[in-house]
Amino acid sequence: MAVVNKKPGTYGFKIIAYAFCILLTVLSIFPFIIMIVNSTRSTGEIQSHAVSFIPGLNLKTNWSILMKSKTFDPFLGFRNSLIVSVGSTACNIYFSTMTAFALVAYDWKLRKPFFTVIMAVLMIPAQVSSIGFYTFMYKIHWTNSFLPLILPAIAAPTTVFFMRQYMIPSLPMEILQSARIDGAGEFRIFNQIVLPMMKPAMATQAIFSFVTSWNQLFMPQILNTDMKMYTMPQMVSLLNGDAYKTEYGSVYLGLLLTVIPILIAYFLLSKYIIAGVALGGVKG
Amino acid sequence: MKTKLKGISYSKYGYLFSIPFVVAFLIFTLYPTIYTAILGFTNCRGVNNTEFQFLEHPLENYKLILQNDSFRVSLKNTVMIWIMNFIPQITIALLLTAWFTSHSNEIKGKGFFKVVFYMPNIITAATVAILFHSLFNYPIGPVNDILTSSGLRDESYYFFTSKTASRLIVVFIQFWTWYGNTMIVLISGVLGISPDIYEAAEIDGANGVQTFFRITIPNIKTVLLYTLVTSLVGGLNMFDIPFLFLKGGPDRATLTTSVFIYNQAFSGSYLYNRASAASMLMWIIIAALSGVLFFIMRDKEQIQMDKEIKRAKKEAKRASKGGVNQWQW
Repeated sequence: MAVVNKKPGTYGFKIIAYAFCILLTVLSIFPFIIMIVNSTRSTGEIQSHAVSFIPGLNLKTNWSILMKSKTFDPFLGFRNSLIVSVGSTACNIYFSTMTAFALVAYDWKLRKPFFTVIMAVLMIPAQVSSIGFYTFMYKIHWTNSFLPLILPAIAAPTTVFFMRQYMIPSLPMEILQSARIDGAGEFRIFNQIVLPMMKPAMATQAIFSFVTSWNQLFMPQILNTDMKMYTMPQMVSLLNGDAYKTEYGSVYLGLLLTVIPILIAYFLLSKYIIAGVALGGVKG
Repeated sequence: MKTKLKGISYSKYGYLFSIPFVVAFLIFTLYPTIYTAILGFTNCRGVNNTEFQFLEHPLENYKLILQNDSFRVSLKNTVMIWIMNFIPQITIALLLTAWFTSHSNEIKGKGFFKVVFYMPNIITAATVAILFHSLFNYPIGPVNDILTSSGLRDESYYFFTSKTASRLIVVFIQFWTWYGNTMIVLISGVLGISPDIYEAAEIDGANGVQTFFRITIPNIKTVLLYTLVTSLVGGLNMFDIPFLFLKGGPDRATLTTSVFIYNQAFSGSYLYNRASAASMLMWIIIAALSGVLFFIMRDKEQIQMDKEIKRAKKEAKRASKGGVNQWQW
C-alpha cells in the first residue's frame, strides 16, 4: 500500500531533486551547445563573446578554412574509423558468440579452466602490453595497417563473458538435439540456429564494441604514423595543432564533424544503449 | 550427457569452436604481454629497433623506472586524479540512484535524465579533451567569458598555467564522462533487489534515508565493488584526456602513467625497455586489482556450486551405501 505523501517536505525534496537534475542536464549539454553554436560563428564574434546561443553566419567560411588544411580530413578519418570499427565489431561479435557457444553447449575437459582464464583476463586492458604489441607488429610489418586494430577483437573476454551469461538460460539444448536428428552439422547449427537466437545480446554488444573501437585513441596512435591511416580520434588530435591556433570557429566545426555520427547514433539507439549499460555491458 | 546423442561425443566441437579465440588470444594478447615483460629486461631502444640484448643486471630498467621522478609523479597524479574524480562521481551517482529508484517520491523524466547524463560517456574522449581545451581557453574562451561578463573575475584566468586548475579540469572531465555510466549501473543493481524487502521496510515505517542506507546500500555491495574496481582499472589507464588536453602539462601536473609510458616509448629517445618496465609495473597493479574482483565475483556462484557438489556427493555416497545394504539384505 503506497502511502500518499503530501507533506510539505516532499515538495521541498522534489524542488531540490529537479533543480539538481536540471543543473546536471545543463552541465552535460552546455559544452555541446557551445560547440554547435560556435561552429557557425567567426573568430571575431567568438573573441568578443565566446558564449552565445545565437548561431552566426560563418559556417561556410569556417568550413572552407577547415577544408583548406591538408592534414585534418574528417572524411578520411570517418572512412578509416568505419573500416576499423565495423571490422573489429564483426570479429568481436561473431567469434565471441562462437566461444560462448563452445562454453555452453559442449562438455569438454578444458571447459572450466578455459572459462577461468577468460574471467582472469577480463579486466586486463590491452594498453599494458602495448609496447610488446607494437614491437611485434613492427617486426611483421603490420604497422600502418588496419589489421592489428581489427583482428585482436576475435579474442574479447568481456564479450564472451556477457554472451555466455545470456546464452545459458536462453539456449535450449533440445533444439540442438532435434537439429542434430535432422542431420544438421554443428557448424550449421551454430550459424543458423544459435546466431539468430542470440540477436538481442549481439545487438547490445555490437553497439558497445563499435563505440569502443570508434573512440579508441591509444592503439591507433602508436600503430598508425601514416596520416592516410588516421582514425577519427587521431584526426581530432590534429585540431589542437598550431594551424588552428586562432581559427576558433573552425576548431569547433571540426570537433562537431567528428561527433555528429556518434550523436546521431546515440539519439537513435539511446534506449538500447542505456539498457546495455545497465546489463554491465561496458567497462568503466 | 547432454551433448551425447546415439553415443557420439560432441566434446571435440567445444575445442573446435574455441580455436579462433585461443589463437587470437595467444597472438594478440599473451605473446605481446610476454614480449613486453621480456623487453623490460633488455636494452631495446631507438626508433623501431628490434635488435636487443638482455641487460647484465636484468632489473635495471625496473630500478630506473622506480627511481624516475617523472614516473613517480605520474603514478601519484594518476591515483590522485582517479580519487578526486571517483569520490564525487560515486556520491552523485548514489544520490541520483536513490532519487530515481525511490518508491515514495517518483521523479518524472527519469528516462530523459538518464539519456542526457550518460551522453558524455559515449562521445569520443579525444573530442571531449580538445573541446574542453577550447572551453577553458585563454584569454578568450567560453568559461573565461562567463567569468568576466558575470563579474566573478575582472580579467580572464589562464587555467593552463595553473597546475591545480589544469588537474581539476582533468578531474572534472573524468567525472563528467563517467558519473552517468556509474549511475545507470547502480540503478540496475538496485532494481535487482527484491521489492518485498522494500515493502517490508515501508510497513515497518522506515523513511527514505533509512531505507537507502539500511537496505539499498548493503544489497548493492557487489555492484559497488565492481564499479570501484572497473573504475580504478580504467583510471589507471587514463590516456586520451590528459594526453590531448595538455600533453601532461603544465609542469607534469596532468601527466598520467599511460602518458608517461607513451612518451618514454614513442618520443625522445624511444626507450622501449623502460616503457616496458613501467607497463609491467602497471600490469602487476591491474592484475592484482582484477584478482580482487575475480575473487569477489566468483565467490558466490562458486561457493553455491561447491556446496551443491558436496551435497550431491554425500547423497551419492549415502545412496550407494543404501544400495549396498539393500543388496546385502
